[in-house]
Amino acid sequence: MRVNVTVNGVAHSVDHVWALESLLDFLRERIGLRGTKNACEQGECGSCSVYVDGVLVCSCLVAAGQVEGRSVVTVEGLGSDGGVHPVQQALVDAGAVQCGFCTPGMVVAAHCLLAGDPDPDDLTVREQLSGNLCRCTGYQKILDAVHMAADRAGTGQ
Amino acid sequence: MTVTDAPTRPGVSSTVFDGVGVSAARPDGVPKVDGSFIYSSDEYHDGSLWGVTLRSPHPRARILGIDTSQAEGLDGVRCVLTHRDVPGSKIFGMVVYDQPVLAIDEVRFQGEPVAVVAATHPEIARRACELIVVDYEELVPNTDPEVSLTGQVDGLPGGGLVRHVRIRHGDVGAARSLADVTVEGRYEMGTQDPAFLGPESGLAVPLGDGGVELYVSTQDLHRDQRQVADCLGLPLDKVRLVLSGVGGAFGGKEDLSVHIHACMLALRTGRPVRMVYSREESFFGHVHRHPAIADIELGATRTGRLVFTKVRLVLDGGAYTSTSQVVIANGCYFAAGAYDVANVEIDGFATYTNNPPCGAMRGFGAVQSCYAIESAMDKLANKLGMHPLELRMHNAISEGDTLPTGQPVDGPAPVQEILSYLRDLPLPEESDHQAADMRARPGGVGNVTRGEGIRRGVGYALGMKAIGFSGGKDDTCTARVTVWIRDGEPVAEVYCAAPEIGQGIVTLEAQIARTELGVRTVELRDKDTNVAESGASSASRQSWMTAGAVVGACGLVRDEILERAAAVLGRPVGEMALDGSEIRDRDGRPLVSVAGVLGPESVSHAYIYRHRRTEPVDDERGQGDAHVAFAYAAHRAVVDVDVELGLIRVVEMATAQDVGKAMNPIAVEGQIEGGTVQGLGLAVMEELQITGGRIHNPSFTDYLIPTMLDVPPMPMKIFEFPHPDSPYGLNGVGEPPNLSSTPAILNALRNATGLELPKAPVRPSDLVTELLP
Amino acid sequence: MESPIASGPILRPSSWPDAILLRSQHPDASPICGGTDLMVRINFGRARPAGLLDLTALEEGFDCWELIEDGRTVRIGAGVSFTRIIDELGHLCPALAQAARTVGSPQIRNRGTVAGNLATASPAGDAHPVLLASWAQVEVESLRGPRLIDIDDFFVGPKHSALDPDELIRAVRVPAATGPQQFAKIGPRNAMVIATASFAVNLDVADRRVGTGIGSAGPTPLRARDAERMLGEALADLWDAPGRIGERVAREFGDLVAGAASPIDDVRGSAAYRRHALSVLARRCLTWALADLGEAAAVEGGVEV
Repeated sequence: MRVNVTVNGVAHSVDHVWALESLLDFLRERIGLRGTKNACEQGECGSCSVYVDGVLVCSCLVAAGQVEGRSVVTVEGLGSDGGVHPVQQALVDAGAVQCGFCTPGMVVAAHCLLAGDPDPDDLTVREQLSGNLCRCTGYQKILDAVHMAADRAGTGQ
Repeated sequence: MTVTDAPTRPGVSSTVFDGVGVSAARPDGVPKVDGSFIYSSDEYHDGSLWGVTLRSPHPRARILGIDTSQAEGLDGVRCVLTHRDVPGSKIFGMVVYDQPVLAIDEVRFQGEPVAVVAATHPEIARRACELIVVDYEELVPNTDPEVSLTGQVDGLPGGGLVRHVRIRHGDVGAARSLADVTVEGRYEMGTQDPAFLGPESGLAVPLGDGGVELYVSTQDLHRDQRQVADCLGLPLDKVRLVLSGVGGAFGGKEDLSVHIHACMLALRTGRPVRMVYSREESFFGHVHRHPAIADIELGATRTGRLVFTKVRLVLDGGAYTSTSQVVIANGCYFAAGAYDVANVEIDGFATYTNNPPCGAMRGFGAVQSCYAIESAMDKLANKLGMHPLELRMHNAISEGDTLPTGQPVDGPAPVQEILSYLRDLPLPEESDHQAADMRARPGGVGNVTRGEGIRRGVGYALGMKAIGFSGGKDDTCTARVTVWIRDGEPVAEVYCAAPEIGQGIVTLEAQIARTELGVRTVELRDKDTNVAESGASSASRQSWMTAGAVVGACGLVRDEILERAAAVLGRPVGEMALDGSEIRDRDGRPLVSVAGVLGPESVSHAYIYRHRRTEPVDDERGQGDAHVAFAYAAHRAVVDVDVELGLIRVVEMATAQDVGKAMNPIAVEGQIEGGTVQGLGLAVMEELQITGGRIHNPSFTDYLIPTMLDVPPMPMKIFEFPHPDSPYGLNGVGEPPNLSSTPAILNALRNATGLELPKAPVRPSDLVTELLP
Repeated sequence: MESPIASGPILRPSSWPDAILLRSQHPDASPICGGTDLMVRINFGRARPAGLLDLTALEEGFDCWELIEDGRTVRIGAGVSFTRIIDELGHLCPALAQAARTVGSPQIRNRGTVAGNLATASPAGDAHPVLLASWAQVEVESLRGPRLIDIDDFFVGPKHSALDPDELIRAVRVPAATGPQQFAKIGPRNAMVIATASFAVNLDVADRRVGTGIGSAGPTPLRARDAERMLGEALADLWDAPGRIGERVAREFGDLVAGAASPIDDVRGSAAYRRHALSVLARRCLTWALADLGEAAAVEGGVEV
């Protein structure tokens, strides 16, 4: 099966895709974008979060064939001009990265959260990021990072 | 509180950019947020095959035969290997070799590897595994550690007993008459899983010389290398391990996982082989925290002075030993808690069963014993009518006291300071549940209460743990530092095999080199087995040991640069100092540039760091100066409990910990927050449910770890009492916050409900009075 | 990565008639929409369907909702995500929106659907108690024609529904709330958790009847008929003065709901806990719903409460 999809603005046409292949495997093994992580493959951890047509999803729960003709944005696609996105920078600056395995998914989910709510309160951040498990940080620094990114955007930094 | 700056030593500038004591940014931070960082599951090689493991469905069975012919016949399968194909030692292990690389004539736990397959696609390999016919004769599994510890069980090594640890201090029998009040309790703890997010994985690449290169996530490259080489029947120099990105470890990546299997498949097929465990396989493919049963008896005077402590601790190690021999010892060392007690009797048993193997996990036995003693301390406080914090402060250990193992407590023991912080910290305000957001109430978004049934509780716990390897191990860490000139500026390269597992050891290596040499540019070289041994990232030892090695190597490099400068300038070394790119005189005036001294040459030195000598404890009374150092932390937990539904909202977790020196404050905070939340999970939700040797919840759907909404604000106080023996006065940080978190929450729940709560984690039904037996 | 073992196709119909046709032509292909149930089973090797019938490329309102029957009923297309139910249907179907909010994570809610919940027919499906309490109907269709299945006839066994193998779910019809509704769900984690037990109550003021639904406490989602009947009788003359309904009725309601459940012990909780928890949830949900009803009655000049 052939799948035509735009990933991070680049059109791809991939042959021999397996019908039961997940978008996660498709991105990692066929497009070669391994930033999207494979931690649970059951939609419980959020490490594989990407955008499909602007909607935040777990790529492990999307069949590769379902993105035919659609646009996918991964963690690799959020930065610009050779630099990282402010949400990414805030995670670094706030000390929110330890092992970092949850981080790509956290980046995409936090990016999505702030796109919809530029200044979320603590409970909103906690609820909206509850689908992104982190085993290292205890989440406090991730919470700090989201607020840092929101504050910087608010002050135009 | 004592705050110390990094010791200023002769010859080093103190104005260093991002040196020790600063919240320097992680060198791997940007690659980890932009997705470019390579984890072991991301390792890729053209033409690589996929390896998949066939595991036993039975907790105990005899293997009568294995037929791989159908699997081998499947299109795309390149090889199927069983125990017959293991080239070297058929068994491996952490302390002793006792675990088969692939099961030979029996399986001893559900999930034990039986065969491995290499194929062109993981799905083909999985289907091939289903075509392997294993003729099992199922046997009744032995799953009760209380039976195993008798040492009389047929079918288990040692009759089921791995090790019995005895510690005798004073005379508990005689002390009974001094006790006005005694309490007894049995405290159980379920099986916790490390649940790191990055699954076990690796890439093995066969080399032309018959050797193999393995890119893998691990906590100890060299210990892995020895086991892998032994089982492959290869000399060490034919087996090179390279540290790939580690997606969390917490002890669970000390034992081998894909290592030998991937190498066997690569060597057999002559092609690179990738292996990545699924989440479900991961639950079967690594060791867990030992489930525990602890019986405790405490005796105290009417005024609350402890006069004796008696503990019986049983840790079930499951099918193979992994590190059980050491975990039980560590559990016993601190089973009497961070208290000064004259009479102590501790008996610890590690057992074999047909349950899943257990081994290292953050806290390493001390989590179980801290939970038990801290639970019993609250029971004692209740009986005495004392505030639980007062009882703890009344008995807290201090410098100069003697441990139950006979070792004097040396180094800072600021337990009073730690507990005082928690005593003086204002409590969070009572919630107005009618007004509050449901997300702040027990049950969260489940919308289960508007305040009905909610009670608040406050609980405390104190923990103490040894830092580094105890019991006489001559533990070392080696680092090499090389300085050379690039574009007129000195560059320091650090070669150290210390595994970066998320804790930030790479950040620290760079901070130390900057501080010691004054250089701005530090480059960290790949961590692999061609670099000298660093020891494991475990036992909260790596910062201490690596700092010692890097400081030592930097010192040798600095000395040589100054000696060379002395030769050039004809001045005594003692009158010069190295300050980054310059060599200056005593008044700070530049004398010569480092570039001028070195020219095109480099200076390179390795340093082997050793901590002070320790000794094993004796078998009869468990006496000996076994420990390198001690670290302390305490928690205060505030919880809201819906007592009708048994649902919990942890409102706040306050921590106080002595870290000696906060080498990188933001990283220290991260360790404390992360350790606290792992303890929170163990208190209220995390348990591998195992009956009859079978795991019933090997998934993130049913093995629950805390989400961001389960985690409260975590105020903390970081004390910096410099440790006299360590580089910069630092102390180990990673494990202590994992100890006291769980019992603090349990004690808060007991405070809220008045219930005994003898088991962690607490399940909702444990909190509902009507449902209790 | 080389091509794996041959598998069936991904069928991607763009129109509903095509979807129905393909469903009958490819009975072994699994329908997939959000994928939040099916892909888990595929990823874990529990399901290897011979191909997929992808319903996410459908045009013609598969992912739209509309009001029908003079605004009395919300017809929710099978492709409408839980996120959109939260965002768009809170005023019409408050309990369904509340249940939707407890589904998984934002990522799951962005993909998962009520129809998917129904197709899986797990007793733990979060939408089910509300659908029962609301007397929803399920629109299904095959080449043999469309039919409307009452929710009470839909769940026939554990993960087994009245959906025939050649049928697809096209939409779910949920009567809009005419009075207070509540949904509550228990799990040992404060977010992103599968229900240990859940409960919904619907006070249908227009038709003066009481609807209930129980989740995760039986082989299928269940209705607490005795509780509905008892409360209906207690409310008989008091729909405008619910303040006169006493604590005793709420307790009895809770007990009857618990009695209607037939839970088992499993990794998520014991049967005894589930039964107990349902009695508490039902009592609380009813208490809140009656308070809301009383407020509404007071605002509308009803009897003093």
